[in-house]
Amino acid sequence: MDWQSVAAQLFPGGHDITEADNFLSGSAQVDGKPVAVIGTTDHTPIGIEIALAQAQAILRTVREHPGRPILILVDTQGQRLRHRDEMLGINSYMAHLGKCVDLARREGHTVIGLVYDQALSGGFITSGLIASACYALPEATIRVMGLPAMARITKVPEERLTELAKDNPVFAPGPENYLRMGGLHGIWDGDLAGELIRALADARAEDGRMALGLARGGRLMAHPVAQAVRVGSDVRPA
Amino acid sequence: MSSYQELTARQRIPAMFDAGSFEEFLPPSMRIVSPHLAQLDAAVSFDDGVVVGRGKFGGRVVFGAAQEGGFMGGAVGEVHGAKLVGMLQRAIDERAHAVVLLLESGGVRLHEANAGLIAVSEVMRAMLDVRAAGIPVIAVVGGANGCFGGMGIAARCANTVIMSEEGRLAMSGPEVIETANGVEEFDSRDRALVWRTTGGKHRYLLGDCQVLVEDDTEALRAAALDAIADIPPGGAPLTLDGLLAEQAMLERRLQDTQGLSEPMDVWKGLGMPDPARVPMLEPDEFLTLATQHRATPTLGER
Repeated sequence: MDWQSVAAQLFPGGHDITEADNFLSGSAQVDGKPVAVIGTTDHTPIGIEIALAQAQAILRTVREHPGRPILILVDTQGQRLRHRDEMLGINSYMAHLGKCVDLARREGHTVIGLVYDQALSGGFITSGLIASACYALPEATIRVMGLPAMARITKVPEERLTELAKDNPVFAPGPENYLRMGGLHGIWDGDLAGELIRALADARAEDGRMALGLARGGRLMAHPVAQAVRVGSDVRPA
Repeated sequence: MSSYQELTARQRIPAMFDAGSFEEFLPPSMRIVSPHLAQLDAAVSFDDGVVVGRGKFGGRVVFGAAQEGGFMGGAVGEVHGAKLVGMLQRAIDERAHAVVLLLESGGVRLHEANAGLIAVSEVMRAMLDVRAAGIPVIAVVGGANGCFGGMGIAARCANTVIMSEEGRLAMSGPEVIETANGVEEFDSRDRALVWRTTGGKHRYLLGDCQVLVEDDTEALRAAALDAIADIPPGGAPLTLDGLLAEQAMLERRLQDTQGLSEPMDVWKGLGMPDPARVPMLEPDEFLTLATQHRATPTLGER
C-alpha cells in the first residue's frame, strides 16, 4: 500500500507528512492530539543517510515536543548492501537510530511501529522492533532474508525451507507468524485510525514480547529460558 | 602475550574474569538446546553458543557473556538470545557493577530466522535497560568471526566498545555484499580491503570503537577494567546530549567523506599522515598518531 493511502486512513484528522528521497516526516492529529510521524517508503534500503535522517527527526521531537507520541511507518527491503555504508559504519548509524528511539521511549514518548508494506532484517531491527509496540497491516511481509539467499547460507535446500515456511512461524514471512512469536503486538485490519488510538493507549514501557510469544504459542523457549537465567531455576517446559 | 582471538568462549571467560570466580547460569549440563535446529538436521550445542553468568572482575561483581564463534559463527537463535536477555535482566535485579559482553557473532541465526531477529532486538533493548539502570555495559570485539549483523548494531548500544586490532565490526558481511552487488562492489576475498573496511584500526579512527588494543587477553582485560572505571557515576544511561553529540559525529562523517570509497582516503581526510602505512604501524605508534586525529562525539551547535 502507498504511504499516502495509509496516512489518509490513519489520520482522518489531517497530517502534514512529506516525503523526501523516500524519507517520511511530519506530524498528524490523532484523537485531537499531535503525533510525530517518521518513516520510509518505496521499500527503500536503509542506508546511512536515511538512518541518520530518522534519528534526527526523533531527537528533534524529543527536544521540541516533549512527550509527543511517535509513529514509525516501516517500508524497507532491509539495510543497504554497499561497501561505502559498511566502510562508514552502518551498524553505528543503525544503533544510533535505535538508541534515539530508546531514549524517546524513556523520556515518555510512546513509540509505535507500523509495517505498512515490507520489513526486512536490519532495516527493521532499530525501527519497529525497538518501538514500544509494533503492528503490521495484513498484507505486509516481514522477514530476515529471502528463502533462496537463506538456503545458500544455511546450506538447507530451498525446497525444504519453502516447505517449512508454509506452517512454521520461524521461516514464514507473513505478519501472522511475527504475531504468534510476539514480534508484533497486533495486525491492523479495517479501522486504522481507531487501531492507532488503541495502540497509543495500550503501549507499555517494558518489553513483553517473550511473554507474548509464549502465550500465543509461536515462541515457546525464549520466555522460560530468560526466566530460568534470571531467577536461577531450571527451565520449566512451556 | 596470549592471543584472545584463538581462545574459545569457554576459555575467554576465565581468562578475563578473576580466577575461579565465574558462575555460569544455565550451564551446558542442563542441556537447554535450540528447538529449531533438529528440523534442519543441524547439530545443536548444549549451551546454544553462548556462556552467560556472573563473576568477579577486578574484585567487583560483574555480569558477563561470551559468544562462541565456533558454533554457527556465534549467531543468535531463540535460546542464545534469551540467555543473554535473562542475564542482562538479572544484572539489573542484582545491581551489578557492570556487564562485560565478549561478542563474536554473525548476527541473526538464519536457521531460526524470525525468532533470531526478534531475539537480537530483545538483546538490544535489554542492554539499554541495563544502561538505564545505571550499570555500564562494555562490549569486547576480538574474535575470529568478528561482530556482524544485528550484533554489530548491539555492540554499538554498549557504553564502550573495545576492539583488538584483529577484531572486525560491521553489519553486512563482505560475502553478503558481494553476492548482492557484485565483486566490483566489495571483493570479499581481498583480505586487506576487508580489514581496512571493518577492522579495529579503522573503527578506532572513525570513532566507532573507543579503545583499541593488541590481540592479547591480558590487554583486553585491562582495557575492560579501565573502561568500567572511566565511566563516571551516573554516566551509563543514554542522554539527549550524548545522542546529539553522536548525531553530530555521524553527520560530520557523512560530510567529510563525500565521494570517498577507500578507507585510506577516509584516514587521510582525518589527517592521518601516510595512510598507506597505517595497516603496518606498530600498536604504540598507531595509537600515538590516531589519538591526535580520530573522530570523537562532541556536542555541536544546538
